[in-house]
This record gives sequence, C-alpha cells and structure tokens, in this order.
Amino acid sequence: MTAREAILGQVRMHLRRAPSQSPPAIPEARIRVPVMDRAARIELLMQRVIALSGTAVHVATLAEACHTVALITGGASAVASNAPLLRDAGITALPGVQTGFMVEAELRALCTTAPFGISSADYALCDTGTLVMMASPADARLISLLPPVHIAVVPADRVLSGLDELFTLDALPADHTSSTVFITGPSRTADIEQLLVRGVHGPGEIHLIIYDNPT
Amino acid sequence: MSTSHLDHQDFGRIINNTLADPHLQKAVYTATGRLMSHRRSAIEPHLLPDYQELREQARLVKLHTIENLDWYLEQFERNVVAHGGHVHWCRDAEEVAETVLSIARPRGVKLVVKSKSMTSEEVHLNDRLAEHGIESVETDLGEYILQLLKQRPYHIIAPALHLTRYDVADLFEEKLGTPHDTVIENQTRTARVVLREAFLRADMGISGANFLVADSGAIVVVENEGNARLSTSAPRVHVAIAGIEKVIPRAQDLATFLKLLARSATGQMLSAYTSFLSGPRRAGEVDGPEEFHVILLDGGRTKLLEDEEKRTSLTCIRCGACLNHCPVYRKIGGHSFPWVYSGPIGAILTPQFHGLDAEPALPFASSLCGACAEVCPVKIDIPKILLRLRSDIKESEKGTAEHQFERMAFRAYAYAAARPKLWRRLTKIGARFSGPGIRNGASLPVVRDWLSQRDLPAPAAKSFRELWKERRP
Repeated sequence: MTAREAILGQVRMHLRRAPSQSPPAIPEARIRVPVMDRAARIELLMQRVIALSGTAVHVATLAEACHTVALITGGASAVASNAPLLRDAGITALPGVQTGFMVEAELRALCTTAPFGISSADYALCDTGTLVMMASPADARLISLLPPVHIAVVPADRVLSGLDELFTLDALPADHTSSTVFITGPSRTADIEQLLVRGVHGPGEIHLIIYDNPT
Repeated sequence: MSTSHLDHQDFGRIINNTLADPHLQKAVYTATGRLMSHRRSAIEPHLLPDYQELREQARLVKLHTIENLDWYLEQFERNVVAHGGHVHWCRDAEEVAETVLSIARPRGVKLVVKSKSMTSEEVHLNDRLAEHGIESVETDLGEYILQLLKQRPYHIIAPALHLTRYDVADLFEEKLGTPHDTVIENQTRTARVVLREAFLRADMGISGANFLVADSGAIVVVENEGNARLSTSAPRVHVAIAGIEKVIPRAQDLATFLKLLARSATGQMLSAYTSFLSGPRRAGEVDGPEEFHVILLDGGRTKLLEDEEKRTSLTCIRCGACLNHCPVYRKIGGHSFPWVYSGPIGAILTPQFHGLDAEPALPFASSLCGACAEVCPVKIDIPKILLRLRSDIKESEKGTAEHQFERMAFRAYAYAAARPKLWRRLTKIGARFSGPGIRNGASLPVVRDWLSQRDLPAPAAKSFRELWKERRP
C-alpha cells in the first residue's frame, strides 16, 4: 500500500466516508465588499502605507509618476519590471534605470546590486495598505524582493477596498499566475528582543505612487 | 517518531529551572505581554467590526474541511498537478526525510535554504539532510540564531524570544567571526548579508505552508522578513512541507483566514508578506522555481479524526495567541514543553500526536482558566479537550494505587458534600487540625505532590455559616 492510500484510508475510516463521497453543503464563503468611492479608497490606502512607514503619493498623470520616481532614485541604478505602464510613463527611460529582462540570471545579477526595484502592482488593498503582486512576464518576483528599496506604481482604478473585493474580481488567481504576493509594508522582524527592525531579507523601504488613469 | 519523552519529574525539573531564571521570566513575560496588547488593538471594533463573525466563519469552514478531509486533499492534489507541481504523501517523519532526499539527491542539491516551518521541526529534517552531506540553513532570523545555538523554537511565532541582543552578539562573534556588536540593527544586517549569499547559491528552498488551498492547488505562506519569499523564489526547486490538516477549500476563504491570522499572531492587519503559490513558474514568467513539490504529512494527525471533540484540535491555524495569553506558558516558557508545539495548543497536540502514555504530564499543565479558548481565532475549546485528555489518562491508570486512592478520596468527598450536617461537622474538625503546618506534615501520596508547590491556607476562625448566623438580623 502506498502512503497516499494508507493516509486517505485512515482518514476515510475515522470519518466514516466512502472514496469520492461528496461533502455536504460547504458554508458559503464570507465575502463583504464595502461601498467606498475612489477618493476615500486612495486616502485610506495612503494613510495605511504611511502608517507602515512607507511613503505614498497620489499624482494626476503618468508623467508626474515618472517625475516622482526620478526624485526617489536620483539617477541611481534601478531595475524596472516589464510592466507596460512603466514604459508608457517614461520611467524605463530615466537615467540609471534598466529594464526588459527576460533571462533570470541577468535579472538576478542586477537585482542583487541595484539599490532600487521599480514595479507595477496588479492591485492595492486600501484597508490594509497592501500591494498585490502577481508574477507574469511583465512583473518578475525578484524586483520587489532583492533591492533594498521598492517603488510601486499603481493606477487609481486598481485600488480595491480589501481582500474581499480582490477575491470577488479574481476568485482563482492560480489559474493565471504561479505567484500572488500580498506585500504589506517593508520587510521586518522583531525576533531579537521584540524590537522592530526593517529591511531584513526584503526591502526596508516601500514607496507607493498612485496615478489617475483615464477610465 | 523521534521525540523526547518527559515524565512528570523531567517536566518539573525544567519548569523549576525556568522559574528560577529571572532573565527568562522577564523576557517571556514582556514578549507575550506585548503580543497580547498588539492583538487587542488589531481587533478593536473600529478596525475589525466583524471579528466575532469571522471567527465563527473560520471555525465552520475549518471544521467542514476536517470532516471531509480526504475530499479536499484529493482536490488539492489534482490542482497542484494541473499547475505542474508534485504532491508527495508521507505517513511519518522518516518518510518526509526520505522524500526530501529523493528529490534532492538526483538533482545534486548541496545547499538548502529553509524558511520557518513548524512541520519540518516535527521531523528533524536538518539532521537527516546533514547525514547525506546536504547543508540546510534556516533563514528566518530567529530560527537562524536557534540553528547556530542548536536549540528548538521557544514560541510558534517568536522562536527566539528567550534570547537577548547580548546572547546574539556573543553567538555571531563565535560562529560567524564578526566583531562583537550588540546593536540589533547591525545584527540583523549581518544576518541579511550572510543569508543573502545562501539564498542566491541554494539549489533548493524548503518552506512550510499556513494554508493549502484546494480549489487552487496553492500553498499560502505568511511571514514578515521576506525569507520565505526568497526561499520559494530564488532556488530552482521549491519543496513545501505541510500537515494534512492545513487544507482549506477555496481561495475566497482567505478573505476570512488572513484577516484573523496576522491579527491574532502579531497584531498586524496582514503580515508583511503573504505568498499564494501554485506550481512552478509559468511560461513567460521570468523567475520563480522550475519545480514545485508539496509534501503532505500525516504524522499522527489522522488518529485525531475519529473523535468529534478531539478532531477540532486539527483546525488550529498556528497563530500562537493561546501561548501569549496562557498564564502557565508565561511562567514556564516554551522549552518546558517536550515538543515543537508549546503552550495550550502544544498541551493538546503533543499527547494526541504521540500518544497519551508518551506525554502524560502535559494535559495537567493548565489552570483551565479558559483564556486560550477566548482568544483562539478558530474557537478551539482547548480547556474542554484538556479535560478529555485528563479523563483518558485517568482511565488508562485504572488499577494503580494512585488511581484507587484518588477514586476513594473523591467518593468520600462526594458523600460528605451531599450531606450538609456531616459536611458541617467535618469542616469544623478540619479547621481545628489544619493550618500552615500541614505542608511539611503531609505524607499522603497525592496530597504530598499537590502541596509540594502550594501552601494550604490556614482556615478562617469562623466559617461563613457561623458569620452569617451572627450577622443576620
């Protein structure tokens, strides 16, 4: 008998269930999406990100988003994801910014040395100050992970009220991506004497730029 | 299964050492106190008005899953495979080690980076890998420190809470050869540099899983440092090890569980990183592992399923809130408990996973105050299960002298307590003969044990009944 058969057999014996016996009705998933207008969402999101010791700005155009990125990086070396909006904004053309990586080794090499990683985010959740990053050819995982500073540019219509709204819009993220990461503030630890230190293995700084996209 | 079995005496000795260590007492008390107050602020009604409804929903969903566990495990397996991953089933620790080795060896794995996994602590994986020349490095800061010290976690979510910056300074100087430095920020930076190199060189990453999501074939890993993200993103092979009870039916259920987990654990609304991972990297994705394996461990869990009450122990989401709120844990600390899970949840999981005869002391290490049940995000009635286990232990002791003595004593008590006149007469006699002196004089078997840690207070000069009679107009 394989371990699989043994374990499932034990489970069924103790629960008195037959193989492939469908379960009784499952409690309905609890999803509550509050009514919030865009301005309120953006205000709450910025408040939460700042409370997590990140920075957050709300700008009107992609050009302003690009200008903000330039102010943060100051021309230093940065790796930008392949997200189209970063190119449209002109961010990938800023001095010091490199982009277009499709080979992991090259991406990794730059991510280990560049002080800044610039990405888009698929969504932001305003009630917790969270960025939702789904891996895709446009957005690699390491850009928001290896460099000490992470800059994320998010369109205003992607600011959601919270997890409930996200799982309403996208009930099965695994169908289109291998990795959905919820980032809530900088990397942190309190493992030594319960004292908070930021930037353990991931970025110690997060900068969020929200821009008003035409809808 | 390799575990350290402690009898009453060992248990007592470690507890006494902990109680006699003022530094440890302060560290545990401060850390758990801080975690308690963080949790309280995070569930305040203006921040989480539906906290109680979320708990009830979490309880119902977890219970439903456990009661139909085979169904959801098979669904989980199908979906992992559909996304290009592999599922391995393991009955015990030995099979987990064999499975990890069977993945690692043909691929020439030399270095493994591990992110915090209580389940892998269950199976002593690092030792087994080392026997085969495979180095494994713990990457959670607290776990890394403990690995260098060769200690096991002190707390489910704050593994090194018993150590100070001075301990860490000494340790890093000795093991890493870095200058003696007691600044916590600098110590953290040292660990970042050392471990960053390991992440980039490792061939395999091993993680735990907070949840297995059946409808998605995904695992969910919750953390704050980014070490789990790195362990699951940088190496070319990712292996997740999880107990079979970790499965939940739907991704949508995360809207319930994630709101409860971090708040109950550290008082954060969400932890810094929650990774929802399904399969190896997809076509076109630039990074991520090329292989994705999930190891499902029984390890004693199926034994709990038969009994409706005991199976609720399997709904635990490992937030650690019951440890922080437990007056016993806060005094005796995590290392007094004989296995990886400490505190109230450890007191019910350890004897149930390993057998009552192996861990007979644990279910008695509780005052049954009920704080654990009150803060449990999935509403596990821990005191009730403790009582069940106590009763099971007493059943198994039938026929021993101690059992017979206890039985007689309680029968006598019940007889007297049900007869008011007799009770009055006996308490009067008792009051005359007892007093502080009884502590040393007690030589009856059970009474002696009981009084070894407690003083019997001197009885009042007059009983309540007498006082009442005098005061009544």
